[in-house]
Amino acid sequence: MLYDVTIDGKNYRLELERAEGRWSCRLDGHEVEVDAVLARQDVLSLRIGNRAYEIKSEHIGEVKDNKNDWHVWVGSARFACDVRDPRALRSRARAADDHGPRKLTAPMPGKVVRVLVQEGDAVEAGAGVLVVEAMKMQNEIKSPKKGTIQKMLAAEGVAVNAGDVLAIVE
Amino acid sequence: MFKKILVANRGEIAVRVIRACHEMGIATVAVYSDVDRAALHVRKADEAYPIGAAAAVESYLNIGKIIDVARRSGAEAIHPGYGFLSENARFAQACVDAGVKFIGPTAAAMNAMGSKTRARQAMERAGVPFVPGTSRGLDSIEEAAEVAARIGYPVMLKAAAGGGGKGMRLVHGPDQLKSSLEEARSEAERSFGDSEVYIEKAIVNPRHIEMQILADEHGNTLYLGERECSLQRRHQKVLEEAPSPVVDSEMRRRMGEVAVRVARAANYTNAGTVEFLVDEQKNFYFLEMNTRLQVEHPVTELVTDLDLVHLQIRIAAGEKLPLTQEDVSIRGHAMECRIYAEDPENNYFPSPGKITLLLASSGPGIREDSGMYEGWTVPMDYDPLLAKLIGYGSDREQAIARLTRALGEYFVGGIKTNISLFRRILSDPDFRDAKLDTGFLDRMLQRKDDQRVDPQAAQVAAIAAGVFAALGASGAAAVEFANDKSGEKTVRASNWKSTSRREALR
Repeated sequence: MLYDVTIDGKNYRLELERAEGRWSCRLDGHEVEVDAVLARQDVLSLRIGNRAYEIKSEHIGEVKDNKNDWHVWVGSARFACDVRDPRALRSRARAADDHGPRKLTAPMPGKVVRVLVQEGDAVEAGAGVLVVEAMKMQNEIKSPKKGTIQKMLAAEGVAVNAGDVLAIVE
Repeated sequence: MFKKILVANRGEIAVRVIRACHEMGIATVAVYSDVDRAALHVRKADEAYPIGAAAAVESYLNIGKIIDVARRSGAEAIHPGYGFLSENARFAQACVDAGVKFIGPTAAAMNAMGSKTRARQAMERAGVPFVPGTSRGLDSIEEAAEVAARIGYPVMLKAAAGGGGKGMRLVHGPDQLKSSLEEARSEAERSFGDSEVYIEKAIVNPRHIEMQILADEHGNTLYLGERECSLQRRHQKVLEEAPSPVVDSEMRRRMGEVAVRVARAANYTNAGTVEFLVDEQKNFYFLEMNTRLQVEHPVTELVTDLDLVHLQIRIAAGEKLPLTQEDVSIRGHAMECRIYAEDPENNYFPSPGKITLLLASSGPGIREDSGMYEGWTVPMDYDPLLAKLIGYGSDREQAIARLTRALGEYFVGGIKTNISLFRRILSDPDFRDAKLDTGFLDRMLQRKDDQRVDPQAAQVAAIAAGVFAALGASGAAAVEFANDKSGEKTVRASNWKSTSRREALR
């Protein structure tokens, strides 16, 4: 199998084959000695040469196809990762979706307590768009890019779930 | 002794109290709100009663509903935990009126301590040291200016009914006094419905050190040593330890004796905590009394070898304290990390959600008081405290080493937690040298996090991500586990799975 792996924004080309329980692995063309055992779901015991690592896999939030929601932990260090098949069309399409409209989603379940801008307003990257309250704390949802508010889907007082689209910035 | 106790709380403290009851052969009654049906305390209790909607006023703060459950279940006593109704004098009185024992102080003792200015007047008579200032609310800006000039700037304005930093203002000079007083008053009015504000000399770089006391109903009052609680964010404690690195046995005795005088002045019974501010010259000043079991009580338990919840229950049952002041000794060092569901990369905002993976840590000197489990969804409606990880060692260094090791093993997946913050604190050179004050954490967080990450770790992560993908094991149902010896069948199943994963990737 050939994978394009992105770890914290850096790309790696990974070739992985497994036959009769043994792995062969090339990372960016260099051969690496790998031995992997899945200890339980989401926990991998990985040996690279004789170095042993406990690896944890986690998905943040309830939306599984949200980009950058998959984390792999090496010991106590967390890495955002994405794995694509370089031959698939979809991965090319995904790589392009930083341009064009961006959705603002609720990072956690809560209640919209304030809407700070209206449809059609121009926003800077990092500008507050709305405020969601959860666990007695107010969390400002910021615009991921400079643009205009194409759609405002949230209203003050409305309860939202994690992953709900609140607004679209174009 | 009681046969059945109602625990009027949720989360880790409800589990903690239920465990103590079961250790004493006492049956337990849990109460839960609509979003807490699957909570751990409901699973652990012998009986469980729904008490209404998620909003605390409809459930955990609803005195009528809780008293009603006590009646229906036949509980003879109620343990309030901390937070919610634990310091509510009306609730303590409602228990008395319903013929149920409240495991805590009397309503009268709570009332005496509840208002900071009223407590202060009683304490002054008992000879308790105070930060210089007024012991009653300010009548006018002129009075404020006169007192501030007398005690010297900087001064602190504080709401009489306050807590959690609300209605508090630090004033550096006379020009700021008027606007700060107005702000503090309106914030106090909004937060507590009471605009009474008093003034104190501001202690620069204070430590926050508190003394645990226990009092039975036969006039015996003991102090169980101090806790250092200087590590705070937004006036909320983050990490506590016992003993305090700056308190020696002589200072402990003096602080303890003051704490006992404070408790006696209010006819206090059961467990309580007297909070002090300590300045750089180790002068200590009475701050307030917390009339409940504290979140951080386990560090005291570990260094005194006493079980505070057991003792609370025994005291409430009318027993005499089974020990004297001479029997209390401090051994070793303990430290507690409050594990919160909050996002360190997003200004520590709460991060509720489903816990997809939970790896506990154990081993020598480690205690975990937890209210969570794998598969549980942390509700958004309450305080985000998930668990407390407590380390114990023969000295401070060993406690830090054990806690650091345990934090490395501990993993909570699916939601954001502040676990990484503790790794940073415990490796901080000033923390290791015990140079602590209440501004420590804000200063540390303003510096860049320079924790080293193994430069090869990203490559390891890349390989691991590929292996997860190849196994089709990331987030998917279990495939081929190391300890599953059923042989070929699982291998074939996993091949099938990885094939389907490959298909899905296209």
